[in-house]
Amino acid sequence: MINTFIGNLGHFAVILAFVSSLVTAFGYYQYTVVPELEKKTWQRFSRLAFYVHSAAGITIALALFEIIYSHRFEYFYAYSHSSKALPVHYMISSFWEGQEGSFILWIVWNVLLGLVLIRTNKAWEGPVMVVFALVQAFLVSMILGVVIGDLKIGSSPFILLRDAVSAPVFQINPDFVPEDGTGLNPLLQNIWMVIHPPTLFLGYATTLVPFAFLIGGLATRKYTEWVRPALPWAQFSAMVLGMGIIMGAYWAYVTLNFGGYWNWDPVENAVYVPWLILVAGIHTMITFKKSSTALKSSIVLIIATFILVLYATFLVRSGVLGDSSVHSFTDLGLSGQLLIYMLFFLAVSVYLAAKHWKNIPSSEKEASVYSREFWIFIGAITLALMAFQVILPTSIPVWNAIVEMFGGISNMAPPADQVGFYTKFQLWFAVVVALLTAVGQFFWWNKMDAKALREALVVPYVVAVILSAIIIVLGKVYDISYIVVVLASTFTIVANATILYRLVKKSTFKLAGGSLAHIGLGMILIGVMFSSGYSQVISFNMSGLTYSNSWEDELNKEHVLLWINKPTQIKEYTAIYRGRQKKVKGVPGLVNVNLLKSTDNVNEAIALGDIVYRGKTYFQKGDRVPIVLEENDYFQIDYYKGDEYQFTLNPMSQFNTSMGLISSPDSRRFIDKDLYTFVSAINDYEDPEWREDEFFQVSPGETFYISDFVTEFQGGEVLNQIEGVDLRDGDVAVKARLVVMDYDVEKVLEPIFIIRGNQVGKIPAIDNELGVKVEIDNILPESNQFSFKVNRYQKDYVVLKAIIKPQINILWAGTIIMLFGFCVAIYRRYDEFRKMRDKGLEY
Amino acid sequence: MKKGHLIGLGIIAVAIIIIVSMIGDASTYESFATAKAMKMRGEDKPIHVVGELKKNAGGMVEGIEVNPDKTSFYFMMVDNDGTEQKVFYNEPVPPDFARAEQVVVIGSYKNEDLFVADKILMKCPSKYQENEVSTAGM
Repeated sequence: MINTFIGNLGHFAVILAFVSSLVTAFGYYQYTVVPELEKKTWQRFSRLAFYVHSAAGITIALALFEIIYSHRFEYFYAYSHSSKALPVHYMISSFWEGQEGSFILWIVWNVLLGLVLIRTNKAWEGPVMVVFALVQAFLVSMILGVVIGDLKIGSSPFILLRDAVSAPVFQINPDFVPEDGTGLNPLLQNIWMVIHPPTLFLGYATTLVPFAFLIGGLATRKYTEWVRPALPWAQFSAMVLGMGIIMGAYWAYVTLNFGGYWNWDPVENAVYVPWLILVAGIHTMITFKKSSTALKSSIVLIIATFILVLYATFLVRSGVLGDSSVHSFTDLGLSGQLLIYMLFFLAVSVYLAAKHWKNIPSSEKEASVYSREFWIFIGAITLALMAFQVILPTSIPVWNAIVEMFGGISNMAPPADQVGFYTKFQLWFAVVVALLTAVGQFFWWNKMDAKALREALVVPYVVAVILSAIIIVLGKVYDISYIVVVLASTFTIVANATILYRLVKKSTFKLAGGSLAHIGLGMILIGVMFSSGYSQVISFNMSGLTYSNSWEDELNKEHVLLWINKPTQIKEYTAIYRGRQKKVKGVPGLVNVNLLKSTDNVNEAIALGDIVYRGKTYFQKGDRVPIVLEENDYFQIDYYKGDEYQFTLNPMSQFNTSMGLISSPDSRRFIDKDLYTFVSAINDYEDPEWREDEFFQVSPGETFYISDFVTEFQGGEVLNQIEGVDLRDGDVAVKARLVVMDYDVEKVLEPIFIIRGNQVGKIPAIDNELGVKVEIDNILPESNQFSFKVNRYQKDYVVLKAIIKPQINILWAGTIIMLFGFCVAIYRRYDEFRKMRDKGLEY
Repeated sequence: MKKGHLIGLGIIAVAIIIIVSMIGDASTYESFATAKAMKMRGEDKPIHVVGELKKNAGGMVEGIEVNPDKTSFYFMMVDNDGTEQKVFYNEPVPPDFARAEQVVVIGSYKNEDLFVADKILMKCPSKYQENEVSTAGM
């Protein structure tokens, strides 16, 4: 039965949220401009309006989650993003798989941020909340789902399936509800996909806070005062956004078979760019607080951050990247709306900034080369150029669209080798940034002139050079540009560590945020350089076999074919593929598929033998076994060195009916490197096309060959009962026992032959791993022989890619240190803001 | 000259370098015919070709030949001008390859008859948005 209540409730909440956001904006605008006497009333009114808006926003989210959680497949959203087999945490991922869900996530974050701001700020509440409410109005309009003629405003997540698609079944039965949904994109079935999008969207949402303070400051002519409350928020935003980016990179590394953590895909670029600009903005804001310069650049950078977040949203969701990105959303017809959203805030902020530009205080004095302001400013410029270098080529499809809008023809495409193209620039910019952070920190904490600077830097410099020399020799870094990277990053690590040591010794840890973040940056650089620059594919096809005599055999094949049970050399390892496994609820290890027989129920199998792990029996033969996501296969690949067993890796793949093979890597982690492996092709043994029949006549005890397998026919045996077959009096059933040898594995195949009166029945024995089907074709008593009919397919195999990623742990450690540095800095700035506010010096 | 001006000039110089390099390194969307003409002129720069996989009358994809070691394959592609071309890809067959409604190959001609793709982008409508109710769910 179709439940329309929940969808109507959701849709009503959307409309209420939209209206209430406009009312809130109007209320807070009045609150800001009316005389002091009326303020109280308007404040109460506006807060009430925002509370209503908040309740509506949260209701939208709950309604959509209820639809997914209760498997209401009559709704299009649940049907196309979820399925019954999904565990609860993946239902959460389903929630934000679609564009509408991710907009809702964004809306909810903004609501929570708005509530926090109402509580923590006094004088800023009015202007800040006007901006907030307007942004909310735009966001909610994205899910409004109102269609007036050709005009479509928003795409509602609450539409019913029958309204979304035209399938003939709805004409027969309008109340038809599908049995199951189409499921969640398997790439998103990952724990990182549960937590990565909320983090990223919190990062997106928080860029609004400093922007709102800034716009509020401009509108109310508090040109300088906005910086203090905005700064901890800007740092918080950079921290969360940075964490979101890193999580995305880590997700790509552990789940996607991209072969790395950063691919310079447009979607990755679109979020990296606002982060760079935001970090630049934080630096100029800090400078401003120390010395009253760089206010104008801070204003420009904070505006740019927010607009770039909107631009990123536009790029990813408008479908404009269709031909250049593998993972952008398809167009939901919202591109026009997104464009209006972006242009509206761009126009408002440019107008306000331009109007007040001449009133914004700026320092007349030229900054000295020996001043921190100067170096931080150069640093901010470098970050901005970095961002410019990334966003410009990423926008190529947009340039094409603009040219074509004016009737021109443009067929420019993004660079073919994206990684090489971007790295070429970003590497050198990063080196400059690393050097600047080292020098800049010394300026920051000390008064400097040429002589003092030289004296302060000489020790860190010497230490850094010695350390670099060691790294270069041990790491065999012989490429000149990588040597420079090592030098610059060790220099920044050493210099900032020196500062950190002095700060902690002299004053408090509270001031250490900057140096910690910069140490993290240095480590990230070294980690990226080693893990990307020196990553090495080791899965070359070393079989030495030439399959054909064409030119492509000369190409390096970066994949290796592993036949089941057959030892294959991968660099210093001998790898053996040992078959497929499943993850079973309640069993700590993985379970071989040979022990599981699937049933008609989803995620359920029957145990064909005892399931034992480390001596403990978890399931007994014949038990019903619950499987965690039946579609997932884990490939057991054992690694040996010589004859010595080293470890087992289980790369995963899912044969998804709508998306084909989805592959997830598995890595062996060492302290100084990862051995990163993933499966890039598998044998499809679900429905094999058996090759033509072969016949063998064999006596018991005799040996013959099936494919290349030595097979021994050990003999026949008369059966009194057969599982699944009802034997009657007079029936004769004979089982043949064949032992097939494949390398070090012996497999027993037992085909059965039944005679009932004049009829014969044959039950073949099939081994999918070996790709063999054997049937007793006939029994020849006169010659004491059995005639076997054999069909072959191919042995089970996987095609594997293995890459060594050196020093990748330095990268992860660096990011953690950097994020920790951000947290320390946020605490310091927030503490400062709170103290000032409580003293009544500032609101 | 003031320092501010120097910095300004520096920024402009770097920005120009960035723009010029982008234009220099940017690839182009071409048809197989123009790609071949480029190759004949000796231009080896990789280009993008947008098209579809070749399909037979029944709508089934045809012309995919996987090499015995499974780590590379050939396929037939039809670009937007209708030109049919054999393409080689030195990687295993991407999972949902045969389902792709549109493919973009990035690469160049190796010789007159064979286009070698360094990279393939696929667009499957089902990937991010389910637009049709599949009969399996009925």
